[in-house]
Amino acid sequence: MDYFIELFFGGLTRGSIYALIALGYTMVYGIIGLINFAHGEIYMIGAFTSFIVATVLSIYGFPLLAIVVIAALAAAVWSSAYGVTIEKIAYRPLRHAPRLSPLISAIGMSIFLQNYVLLAQTSDFLPFPALIPEFAFMEPVAHIVGSSDMVILVTTALVMLALTLLIKFTRIGKAMRATAQDRTMAMLVGINVDRVISATFVIGSALAAIGGMLIASHIGQINFYIGFIAGIKAFTAAVLGGIGSIPGAVLGSLVLGLTESFATGYVSSDYEDVFAFSLLVLILIFKPSGLLGKAETKKV
Amino acid sequence: MQSGLKKKLFVAAVALGFAMAVPGAVVAGDTIKLGVAGAQSGDLASYGLPTVKAAELVVAQYNAKGGINGKKVELLVEDDICKPEVATNSATLLVTKGVDVVLGHICSGATKAALPIYKEAGIVVMSPSATNPDLTQSGDYPNFFRTIASDDAQAKTEVDFAIGTIGAKKIAVIHDKGDYGKGLAEFAKVFVEKSGKAEVVLFEGVTPGAVDYTAIVQKIKRSGADAVIFGGYHPEASKIVSMMKKKRMDIVFISDDGVKDDTFIKVAGENAEGVYASGPQDNSKNPLSAASIEAHKAAYNADPGAFYENAYSAALALLNAIEKAGSTDMAAVVKALQTEKVDTPVGTIYFDERGDAVGVGFAMYQVQNGQYVEVKK
Repeated sequence: MDYFIELFFGGLTRGSIYALIALGYTMVYGIIGLINFAHGEIYMIGAFTSFIVATVLSIYGFPLLAIVVIAALAAAVWSSAYGVTIEKIAYRPLRHAPRLSPLISAIGMSIFLQNYVLLAQTSDFLPFPALIPEFAFMEPVAHIVGSSDMVILVTTALVMLALTLLIKFTRIGKAMRATAQDRTMAMLVGINVDRVISATFVIGSALAAIGGMLIASHIGQINFYIGFIAGIKAFTAAVLGGIGSIPGAVLGSLVLGLTESFATGYVSSDYEDVFAFSLLVLILIFKPSGLLGKAETKKV
Repeated sequence: MQSGLKKKLFVAAVALGFAMAVPGAVVAGDTIKLGVAGAQSGDLASYGLPTVKAAELVVAQYNAKGGINGKKVELLVEDDICKPEVATNSATLLVTKGVDVVLGHICSGATKAALPIYKEAGIVVMSPSATNPDLTQSGDYPNFFRTIASDDAQAKTEVDFAIGTIGAKKIAVIHDKGDYGKGLAEFAKVFVEKSGKAEVVLFEGVTPGAVDYTAIVQKIKRSGADAVIFGGYHPEASKIVSMMKKKRMDIVFISDDGVKDDTFIKVAGENAEGVYASGPQDNSKNPLSAASIEAHKAAYNADPGAFYENAYSAALALLNAIEKAGSTDMAAVVKALQTEKVDTPVGTIYFDERGDAVGVGFAMYQVQNGQYVEVKK
């Protein structure tokens, strides 16, 4: 039973890691119907930014809490700037092009950003400082769920809640829903669609950046390539949960994380990905729009 | 006009004849012929060219002393571009030219293809770089020797250390599914099972680059292993080691040359403390090693390349064996290789009956205070 609980929490943590990245995928898809393949790279840039900021601040002897807050803010701002710029350069000019064109543009952006960080920073793995301390009150259960696991779980839950509230109850949320339903109509009723889309990229990128910081701190190392694999898994999770749906992205991520964890624990880690992707295929056979996705009747 | 052209052709032919005659003149004398075969062009040239340079330097050194038993040593170099089908040609060519011993080949596949030809001709072959275990362990090639440890030697070192020195009874073998890591892990598994003193409680591969290794670490814990042998590279090793510390596990972690890298210590930080890793023996304190590198720098004004010291040692071992045996007869040379110890850049070596160099191989290192320190068995 202990083993089951250990695997369960391991899976939850892994799922929450995916969720922090998957939320950005699903938001962008929900609004403009584009799979933003450069999203994993935004996550990686967030991790690098927080790494640089945290390293500099710790040299000046800032307290840990201040380092975490400032590094998170810096990473969020910097990554958002990247997100918005990518949208302006790579996606906006292709908004009326066939759907395949922005997709390819996104893949190109992803490759460009990876190589940019590779050249501008380093190809080596860098040791990421432990920004989340080992809390004393977690010590009795640390062998099952550690402090950083806890922080990631709580952050993911809070972020999902905040996003849902934002979309349901605020002006910008309403504008986002309108843009998602019908872009032309939204423009006609006076919504600044460009600004709504930019806001979506800002929120998605900031989430990815904060996720990048937490996850890098949990794993303890970063390099220019971390965004690729994490991005693929998060994308899978978003599709699993129903791409475009925010609770769906979180649910899909948790299902994926738990599946991988139990597959490793009870079968073999050799087959971890086999189980993960078999699950994806199965769910898409029976629910083509994902667990919580709405069946898309018509998209003009 | 016509006759002018003929004259030119004639001059060219004569000149060519002279050019060909120069090496021919040396062949005519009574010499010991050392063949050097390996990749000297193509993708893998960088593996084979340092061997040619090593052979040139060793031969020059012997000839300066007056050769072996009064005979000068002569080099015959053949390129096999690391391809088995070309290697058989190079081998046949060397045999027809009458080589006495061969230094080479470089790649395991090419070596395996060429060996039967040398065996038939009764020629001793010594590779500085072919690591395929079967080359020596199959027993098919009594004429084959090497100055590099075989692929499974590293796994053997790790398992001997885990069982012999640490006293582990239950061992979890983890790998990264890659050629290097999985190959090593499979050898380790076989050695543990053969030893009869310990059991493999877990044998699994992890996906490199996965975001999180919690599940596999929990599984190691559940297996009750008292030691982990990991085959793979440092990014995965540091993630697993760090996760083990986070899950409050305190078991021995043993890994390989892919982890015996300062980046591992830098990335894993204090979690790296106490980790064991096998790595090639450190020759830097051996004066012959320094001397061989100096000789290369003096002659070529560059640092030596891959397998240089192994090749230098192999050339020394071959020529020493001929000198001690007093002949180039295969049986005599083999006997001398197995009995006469020779000082080389890779240590003082001789060869076991299978052809592997005794005294060449891997040592165990442990991270202590942020540095890899050799562990004495």
